[in-house]
Amino acid sequence: MGLFDSLLGRSKPKRPKLDALFALPTAALTLETAAGFTPTGIGSVCYREAEGAPFEQIQAQLEQLLAGASPERVRDSYGWTWLVLRREPSDVAGLVTELHAVNSTLELEGFGPALLCSLIGFADASGRRLALVYLYKRGTFYPFAPVPGAEQKRDNALELQIRAVVGGDLPIEPDVSRWFPVWGAPGLDAPPALPSG
Amino acid sequence: MASTRFRPDRGLSFRMGLTLVLLFLLYLVLAGVVWWIFGGDAGGTGAAVIAFVLPLGLLWGQWYFSDRLALAGMRAREVTPEEAPQLHAMVDRLCALADMPKPRVAVADTDLPNAFATGRSPDRAVVAVTTGLGRRLTDAELEAVLSHELSHVAHRDVTVMTVASSVGVLAGLLMRSALWSSMGGRGRDQNTGLILLVATLVGIVVYAVSFLLTRVLSRYRELAADRAGAILTGQPANLMSALTKISGDMARIPERDLRAAEPYNAFFIYPAFTDKVDFASLFASHPPLEKRLEQLARLSRELGQPG
Repeated sequence: MGLFDSLLGRSKPKRPKLDALFALPTAALTLETAAGFTPTGIGSVCYREAEGAPFEQIQAQLEQLLAGASPERVRDSYGWTWLVLRREPSDVAGLVTELHAVNSTLELEGFGPALLCSLIGFADASGRRLALVYLYKRGTFYPFAPVPGAEQKRDNALELQIRAVVGGDLPIEPDVSRWFPVWGAPGLDAPPALPSG
Repeated sequence: MASTRFRPDRGLSFRMGLTLVLLFLLYLVLAGVVWWIFGGDAGGTGAAVIAFVLPLGLLWGQWYFSDRLALAGMRAREVTPEEAPQLHAMVDRLCALADMPKPRVAVADTDLPNAFATGRSPDRAVVAVTTGLGRRLTDAELEAVLSHELSHVAHRDVTVMTVASSVGVLAGLLMRSALWSSMGGRGRDQNTGLILLVATLVGIVVYAVSFLLTRVLSRYRELAADRAGAILTGQPANLMSALTKISGDMARIPERDLRAAEPYNAFFIYPAFTDKVDFASLFASHPPLEKRLEQLARLSRELGQPG
């Protein structure tokens, strides 16, 4: 924020950066070959639901638009809304396209500043879970790996390993203090749900 | 493409800018008078500079250590994410949404429902809530209050208000030093007496006007923080209900607690009023509740309009 905006107490809502998301399919391949993590086929967009009927209508539209990815709207315990999308695990590109559809719809309707983050789930053969979190306002990614079965503990070693692995493919958030945990994010704790049909 | 649904509030920006310009003019008046009194006299100028540097240094210290002073004054304690996971998670998410560095989080163990933000820069900021606030508000309302406080941090309100109040501090100093010299100095010529009288009068007027102006500025900045906070969460209604709850509660709290909390009003979400509230909104550090609710209701209506 500039000096003038500080003096006048004006903060402009931060607009999201949407394009970096398309680097994900490449990163998913790298993750699989270098670290043994495969996509779970679950992706989600987390946003702040604004009050008022127009936002309700946009959400309903979105669910119609994305009917092919069996969208599920989940309200987490912090009051944020997660739109969870499911695809064939191999089809990361399709999943990213659908996540982008959510983002661009919200942005187009004037709710771009409400976008918080996007998650793409990964799992390895031993059952460890991992998410690549995309921060809309920074345009960067960071890995989030909760320790399976432990209450609110994250596997920092794994996260740093993943950062090293995908650092060439994705813009990774350099400030680790902004790698905020997303405990209980839908599609992260539960066993991988395969799309029916 | 609409980047946001909210219309800019140019009126508020204009009024705040005008207040700042007036404060700056006042500063110039003060500097001019000091120059006029001491201008011809080299030794006098030196003495005046020293006399002015000291209180400004104190003010600077108050600003530089604002985080520690406010935390100590409110007996608030910094908490780790393990101690207060819910509170930290809320701040985490709001900061990611607003793209700002995460401030430290503190909790004050008092039943007075309130919250404040302080610290000299967004990187050094602290956001504190009282345990009484957590008990009374729902999670959504608590989050609305936090987004109001984070807006104070983003707007650098501690810095702006410190600079704004320096005019008043200097004017008060001029007034007192002129008063003391006029009482102490016997056998001086008539001219000196006249100068001291003018200095005292100017000091009094500048002090009074700057006091009113900083209070006006403080009220505008509260409105600006309300607005930015409500826009951030997209839910003005939660801030409305939080403010209504807190203000209702503030009236019922025993008076002793309120007085103890009073010096920190400038950084609170809702001022801890004593009976002084009656003597006009002119002196209030916060705008009246109706005005804050009215602004938030306007934002809420903007969200209800079809795109």
